[in-house]
Parts: sequence; C-alpha cells; structure tokens
Amino acid sequence: MNSYRALFRIRFTNSLQYRAAAIAGLSTQFAWGFMYILAFSAFYADNPENFPMSWEQTIAYMWLQQAFVALFFIWFWENHIVESIESGSIAYEMVRPINLYNKWAVSIAASRLARCVLRAVPILIVALILPAPYRLVPVIDFGVFALFLISAALSLGVVIAFSMLVYISAFYTINSLGIRIVASVASDFLAGGYIPVPFFPDALRAIVELSPFGAMQNMPLLIFSGYLHGADLTRGLALQVFWLAALVLAGHVLMARSLRRVVTQGG
Amino acid sequence: MRLYLKYISMHLKSQMQYKISFFFTTLGQFLVAFATFLSVSFLFARFDSVGGFSYEEVLICFAVIIMAFSLGELYGRGFDRFPLLIGNGGFDRALVRPRSVIFQVLASQMEFSRLGRVAQAILIFVYVIPRSGIDWTWDKILTLVLMIVCGSLIFFGLFVIYAAFSFFTIEGLEFMNVLTDGAREHGRLPFSVYGDGVLKFLTYIVPIALIQYYPLLYLIGREESFIYALMPVISLIFLLPCYGFFRFGLRNYKSTGS
Repeated sequence: MNSYRALFRIRFTNSLQYRAAAIAGLSTQFAWGFMYILAFSAFYADNPENFPMSWEQTIAYMWLQQAFVALFFIWFWENHIVESIESGSIAYEMVRPINLYNKWAVSIAASRLARCVLRAVPILIVALILPAPYRLVPVIDFGVFALFLISAALSLGVVIAFSMLVYISAFYTINSLGIRIVASVASDFLAGGYIPVPFFPDALRAIVELSPFGAMQNMPLLIFSGYLHGADLTRGLALQVFWLAALVLAGHVLMARSLRRVVTQGG
Repeated sequence: MRLYLKYISMHLKSQMQYKISFFFTTLGQFLVAFATFLSVSFLFARFDSVGGFSYEEVLICFAVIIMAFSLGELYGRGFDRFPLLIGNGGFDRALVRPRSVIFQVLASQMEFSRLGRVAQAILIFVYVIPRSGIDWTWDKILTLVLMIVCGSLIFFGLFVIYAAFSFFTIEGLEFMNVLTDGAREHGRLPFSVYGDGVLKFLTYIVPIALIQYYPLLYLIGREESFIYALMPVISLIFLLPCYGFFRFGLRNYKSTGS
C-alpha cells in the first residue's frame, strides 16, 4: 500500500509540472465551454419546449464537463504506458515486485487528478461569476453534493478500468493508435462527452444508461446539474459500482493472461 | 510541380507500408467526424431548427467545414508538425537546399489518413445535396466548390501562422488549436448561431465565416447578390498576413542546432 502511495505522489507532482500546457489547455476549455453553451442556447431559443433538461441544468453540465475534462474523458492516454508495451521496456516492469495493473491504474489516476486540479479551479471560478444566462448556478444541497463526489470517484474508476482494457489490447497489436482513437471516440460519445445523454434518442439512451459508458462522466455531471435524483440516482450509482467491479475484474484476468504470454524481443 | 507529385507518391507509398495501422487511423478519423455528425443528428431529431437553419442546411455547413479542414490538413500537415522540425534542427537542412522553404515544408508531410474525414464529408454531401431543396445551377455548384477550396486554404493559412509562431516559442501553442480545431468542431453549425460577437470575429479577424456562413446564405437562396458567393475568394486575402508572418519569423530564425 505504501508503495502505491509513493507512486501516486510521484506521478501527481510530476504531472503538476506541466503548468504551461495546462494554461494553454485552459483557453481551449473556455472556448469550448462558451461555444457549446452558445450553440445550445441557439437550439433553446428555437424550441425551448423540446429541451430535455432545464437551461440551468444544461449550463451546469457544460461548465462542469469542461472543468473536469481531464478526469472523465477517455482520450487522455498515458503515453508512457503505451510506449513501455510497444518498446518492450515492459520487461523491466515485470521484474518489479508490484502488481502491474494496480501500478498503472494508480499512475493514471494520479496524472488525471493533477491535470484536473490545474484546470478545474480557474474554470469553476469564472463560470460562477459570469453574467446571468451563462453563469453556473449550483442547485443541489449538501447531501446530493456528497453523492456527486462519490459518483465522480466511481466514474473516474470506471474510466481508468476501461482504458486499462485498451492498454492491455496493445499487447496484441504492433500499433495501437488506431484502436485508441476508435475506443476514445466511441466511449466519449456514448458517455455524453459530445452532447448530454438526455439529448439522445430514447431507445439509445436506455441502452447507454445500462452500459459502462453511462457509468462514466454521464453520472456525476447529471447529479451535479440536479437532473438526476431519487430512484434513478440510486440505480445509477449501483450500476457504477457494478461496472467498476466488472471492468476491474476483467482487466486483472486479461492482464495476467497476456503477461504470461508476453514475449519481449531483443534486450 | 513534378517534384511535388514525386513527394506525394513517396508519402503515399511509405504510409501504405503499414496497411493495418493506416486503416485504423483512417477509420479513427472517420469516426471522429461521425461522432460529431451523430450529435448534430440527435439534436435535430429533437429540434427542427437552430438559429433559423434547417437540418439539411446545417449538414451542408458541416460537410464543407470537415472537407475544407481535412484537405487543408492533408497537404498542410508539414506546417502543423513544424514545431518538431524546428525542435530537432531538421529545418536547417531545408534552409540549405535550393528550393523554396515553404515548398519544402509543404512537401515534408502528407497525412493520407485524413481521407477518413473526407469520406465522411462526401457521404454527407451525397445524402444532403438531393434533399437540400437547392436548385443546383452552375453558380450554386461554383459556390460550393469555392467554399471547399478556399476553406482548405484558410485552414492552411492557420497552420502556417501556427508554424510561424514556433519560430519564436514552442510553449503554449495550443491556443492556435482553439482556432483550427475549434473552427472544425463548432463549424458544424452556421457561425451566426453563436451570436454577433463570434460572427464578427470570424468575419473580420479570422475569416472562416466567409467560407461558411455567407456563401451558405447564397446557396440556400436567402441572399440573391452574387457577392455572397464570392466571399470565399475575398477570404483569401487572409493568406497575405499568414505568409508575411511566416517570412517575418523566418528572418528572425536562429537555429537550435541539432
């Protein structure tokens, strides 16, 4: 446990170093946030009665999504993991007396949290003081906020466990870039990264809510925006726990199997 | 020109060496655009218009932007990757060769996997052109071609500015992606949808609206004056400062060594 804590600290402070990149990233997040909100407000202006969420809920969803981009989007890949598999330096990892799955999971969590810390605070501050129609107005009480934090943690877990499966698939291919692009586009779309899941057609929405993708950013963002409550909220949290357990279990099994078969060329 | 064709066939051959990886990257490019297309479609399943534009009109916009961006990136990739060329000193080699620098950067990279996005755009065009209710006379066809061709040149100009910045700094260049990737992602809707401020910025500062919103008005018959169809040509003035800025950077260039 101690070694994992040390590992987490190293990756976390390491990722905190990239402040210039984070500041540049902020400009992207602000621009994206504004453009999404302007686009949705145009849809809202034309047909407000067809909106599945209230305007305040939509705004809260959009700003929180931009603030936590580094936490919940699959497309933040860890290059050093992919490189260690593709270059064969994974051989060094395997002689270490530490479970590789856990090690990678901890380092992904650390670097995602570090990037998130750098971006989330300025975005949330600005979003809270913007003029009226674009301002982020927190609507939930303290109890629901606690549920939001739990759901966010679970969601981060599901995202990491899912991306681990994609990393493991790199054992079987020479170049995993294509698979990573396909995996991140599909999952980020289904998790509500492009448009919130309530905007999906009803049939697709019902399927997505049961899938692991519905257990990703969809859950915490909808809880925070005040859209999800009561029985739906409880059911969603239960599904998050289920998918986290299932994906972690599958990851451990597949990882053990591919590490048994891995052949490193050269030395 | 013959040399350029030779470069093209060279890049094509080298990328075809890794067929599976090429296939997946192209598929990935296709899916990225497809996800954006789906999100537009899902929204229009619920709403019948945005900012007064119908689904078909929005799709024309979307396909034009995707096509223009992908073509611009296909041949302008060398400028997109230019910071690397500066960083590893490879640019010094270009300076001593007896061909123009711009030509060499242009020919140094060519990203054929972007054809995945072009394929997406073509599919949308095939769907939307007969359904758009536009009477496709020669002037409308010309307008559409101008939108795509000039659009790819504007995106190319943005890549050149991006490259020129890397003469001075390699930090924080991500803000340029706000313009290029931002225009690609958010150009799926006519820019007027985003309000007056955004539209003015994209008309007078970075003239992407000139290849999207204004000619679209002519295409769908909302503006009769032919000047709207020629807006994409006017937008090409933007290439002058792009070129100037690149020359300016080049004059101030000090090699990092290799």
